[in-house]
Amino acid sequence: MMTTETLAASSDAGITPRSRVEDGPRGAKPRTLTLARVGVYAFLVLAALFFLMPLWVMVVTSLKAMPEIQLRNIFQFPQQITFEPWLKAWDTACTGRDCNGLKPGFLNSVKITLVGTTISIIIAALNGYALSFWRYKGANILFGLLVFGAFVPYQVVIYPLIIALRELGLFGTFPGIIIVHTIFGMPILTLLFRNFFASLPPELFKAARVDGAGFWQIFFQIMVPMAVPITIVGVILQVTGIWNDFLFGTVFAGRENMPMTVQLNNIVNTTTGVREYNVHMAATILTAAVPLAVYFISGKWFVRGIAAGAVKG
Amino acid sequence: MQHSVSIRDLSLNFGNVKVLQHLDLDIAQGEFIVLLGPSGCGKSTLLNCVAGLLDVSDGQIFIGGKNVTWEEPKDRGIGMVFQSYALYPQMTVERNLSFGLRVAGMKKDEIAKRVNRAAEILQIEPLLQRKPVELSGGQRQRVAIGRALVRDVDVFLFDEPLSNLDAKLRSDLRVEIKRLHQRLKNTMIYVTHDQIEALTLADRIAVMKNGVIQQLSDPHTIYNKPVNLYVAGFIGSPQMNMFEGTLSDSTFTAKDGTVIPVGTYEFAAPTSGSRQAVLGVRPEHILLGDDARAMPFNLEVEIEIVEPMGSDTLAWTKIAGQPVTFRCSSDVDIRSGQKIVIGFDPGRGSIFDSETTNRL
Amino acid sequence: MAQLATAKEDGAVHAASSPGRKPFRLSTLMSVLGTTPMIITAVGVFVICIIYSFVLSFTNSRIFPAFGADNFVGLEQYDRLWSTGRWLISVNNIWFFGLLSIVANMTAGYLLAVFMDQRIKQEDLFRSIFLYPFAMSLVITGLVWRWILDPNYGIQATVQGWGFEDFAFAPLVSSSTAIYGLVVAGIWNGVGVSMAIMLAGLRGIDGEIWKAAKIDGIPAWRTYLFIVLPMMRGAILTAFILQCVGVVRVYDLIVAMTQGGPGISTQMPAVFVIQHITDRSNVGLGMAAATMMLLPVVVLLALQAFAQWRANRVKESA
Repeated sequence: MMTTETLAASSDAGITPRSRVEDGPRGAKPRTLTLARVGVYAFLVLAALFFLMPLWVMVVTSLKAMPEIQLRNIFQFPQQITFEPWLKAWDTACTGRDCNGLKPGFLNSVKITLVGTTISIIIAALNGYALSFWRYKGANILFGLLVFGAFVPYQVVIYPLIIALRELGLFGTFPGIIIVHTIFGMPILTLLFRNFFASLPPELFKAARVDGAGFWQIFFQIMVPMAVPITIVGVILQVTGIWNDFLFGTVFAGRENMPMTVQLNNIVNTTTGVREYNVHMAATILTAAVPLAVYFISGKWFVRGIAAGAVKG
Repeated sequence: MQHSVSIRDLSLNFGNVKVLQHLDLDIAQGEFIVLLGPSGCGKSTLLNCVAGLLDVSDGQIFIGGKNVTWEEPKDRGIGMVFQSYALYPQMTVERNLSFGLRVAGMKKDEIAKRVNRAAEILQIEPLLQRKPVELSGGQRQRVAIGRALVRDVDVFLFDEPLSNLDAKLRSDLRVEIKRLHQRLKNTMIYVTHDQIEALTLADRIAVMKNGVIQQLSDPHTIYNKPVNLYVAGFIGSPQMNMFEGTLSDSTFTAKDGTVIPVGTYEFAAPTSGSRQAVLGVRPEHILLGDDARAMPFNLEVEIEIVEPMGSDTLAWTKIAGQPVTFRCSSDVDIRSGQKIVIGFDPGRGSIFDSETTNRL
Repeated sequence: MAQLATAKEDGAVHAASSPGRKPFRLSTLMSVLGTTPMIITAVGVFVICIIYSFVLSFTNSRIFPAFGADNFVGLEQYDRLWSTGRWLISVNNIWFFGLLSIVANMTAGYLLAVFMDQRIKQEDLFRSIFLYPFAMSLVITGLVWRWILDPNYGIQATVQGWGFEDFAFAPLVSSSTAIYGLVVAGIWNGVGVSMAIMLAGLRGIDGEIWKAAKIDGIPAWRTYLFIVLPMMRGAILTAFILQCVGVVRVYDLIVAMTQGGPGISTQMPAVFVIQHITDRSNVGLGMAAATMMLLPVVVLLALQAFAQWRANRVKESA
């Protein structure tokens, strides 16, 4: 005890503490580049190469002319870069008899995505709001059914939906495909909004009620402004979801509103004539461009969207 | 005598932020040291450095006379108890205690012996086959202590072990930790922001601020002879009363002209001339009535607020235009508005230099 | 007084916001009105449509629904279904594909997450790389991998061109290996998601657990495997459910990559159903197949509901 007291005192008294430092290990442990560290990076780089390879293949193939493709080197950078396949994919590639390229499909997809996303988001926000704050009798059962719907294989409800939409005269029309996207986007989006609203402090709602605000006032003036972040997540989820849809587009959209994915598949699978792989790959990149752009622009929001969508279990 | 733990010129920087600065600390064998300070003062960081969970930027750490600066945590001869208990949730209590030993490849009967001893000491034998979710907070913390115990090491590190418990359990376990220390006589380093825990448990307290130890002393000295304004203000509840004023020779003149004679005060070093100073008096050192009249300084004041605390009573008033709290027996009948004589002996107080904030 | 008034109003709000008995209010009407699309979807689509499909599976409907008295054929469609080679292969395939891709996906996902957890400086870059395929449609995934695995121009041809004449890697051309090609493409598309979910799970673990393990001297790999992994039940379950839903619905990938071929070797239930309500015009059989697809989902959800109910009861009694 004595020693420590004196030592503590002596260092107070101005003897530099450095004199107490002995030889031997001192400071940070020297970092050596261990084998494990190299292994970690090697693994990650290899994995990254695997994930990037298809993108590389897509791009280089789309920039080659057919004779170069026939040289059978799928990874090689084009010796002669050509944008011909891109123009063709966009403008003149054929699906059966039509030779208008992906252009019409792109416009259709834009229309369907914009309208479909807007409607689904509005409906889902309202659902989530009502389910969190204005639960009427049976609301929980409805919500349960909706969550159940998130797991139902589409194939089980597609045929009855075809029949119902045909009876309404909407099968194969633009409103028809919008309705279908709204229906199938509803479970996840509603869950997203409900979880968000349920996480807000209930006092907020109570205070607004005390102030005399009603259903719509609270929704538009208090909840909507607060829900901006979750709305962004929902929009990302729904935009990529609708744009990437293939099944509903094939079944419900009809020839007039055929989305880009369906048209892409038709172009690639057209059996007449020579298979133009470069055009196919250009068309593939064009179709992937919008969701990829959304992904790279939104960054972390996209990850949040996945996580939020995944919580549905 | 060899130190159990010795920290020499220890510094730690995160980028440009200096978390610990040239720390020196020697801890004797079997000593109970408490690192005390507000959050962000570096006390937990220091503990993590001792444990080897953080790499230091400069300096050395010795445990049991051995330079362990570059050693792995498991090789440092330490056990550690965490605030969140950090029990492995899917394992039973028995597995939780023994997992580290199993991984180290210890013989089965030796493991069993150690686990049983720890369980006996901590009285958790009936819980051995349970999982952490089935335990209460206090039981979990016992198991966490047990995990440090089975390692059979000389130095125990506690990182705010009682902060997640409610007030009642906290005081129970506090006593238990003290009992454990008396029985095992291990060196213990204990981090907390709770001054009651520090004062009750410690052999010595290190009060920390901004990565620097302000004062290292036994609880009595820390409480009665704080080395600077920071320590004086941090320890004690309610806070020490502080009077700002001027010190010349043996009189202290408060801002409004009130003169307080400080002839009874023992200065650490002789002072001369006049300087700005702060006089600090603990609330319980202020007396009233006849006791007050016998003090070197007394005056009549009007009571503003009275707070009965049960065991004693706190009263609020003003001296020299500055708010003052004092503590008196709950038997004394005082009420707000009442005029009363209070007084104190500056010799029991503390005087600090206003500029350096150090004790004079 | 003021305090009393607040308390009373507070109570009134509470009564209004709590479900159950309460007087009819305008706001309730608004709530019902505002959620009309949800009511229609929940009841109309997820109840009536499913029942409709179920009933149709007992009829011999061809292109259009037929509900005449002599259209009801009992379990005949199910009999036929389970003696149809195309369906039996579909069922086999979905199990094989499902098990293989879920196990591979989750293992790779956790492995990637663990490697990403090693204080990697370029974490964001790697994360973007692992995750970008998921932003793309499964149709695109299928088409790209079909091209990469093309026997004449893809990897196989390229590596042979490098001088390895015997190199063979073209799973899609053979009916016995085509399904592996699908698994590879599916993993490429979906591993990033599992990785992201599990990495979030890893980061959610109490840091003091890691410290405790370090003090106990437990090597990092053992900590990851025996301590951290069991603590990530939530993240793992989430990733698993996501994969399951994806597997049951797998349709786009098949259509784009193999169209069920070679022959019918990569048929899947989802494709089977669509084929029977469109090209093959046998709605009755298609609906029987759809009902079979729903069955495992219902069973799983029922089990989950039961587990939750039991957990709640244990909690209440405790």
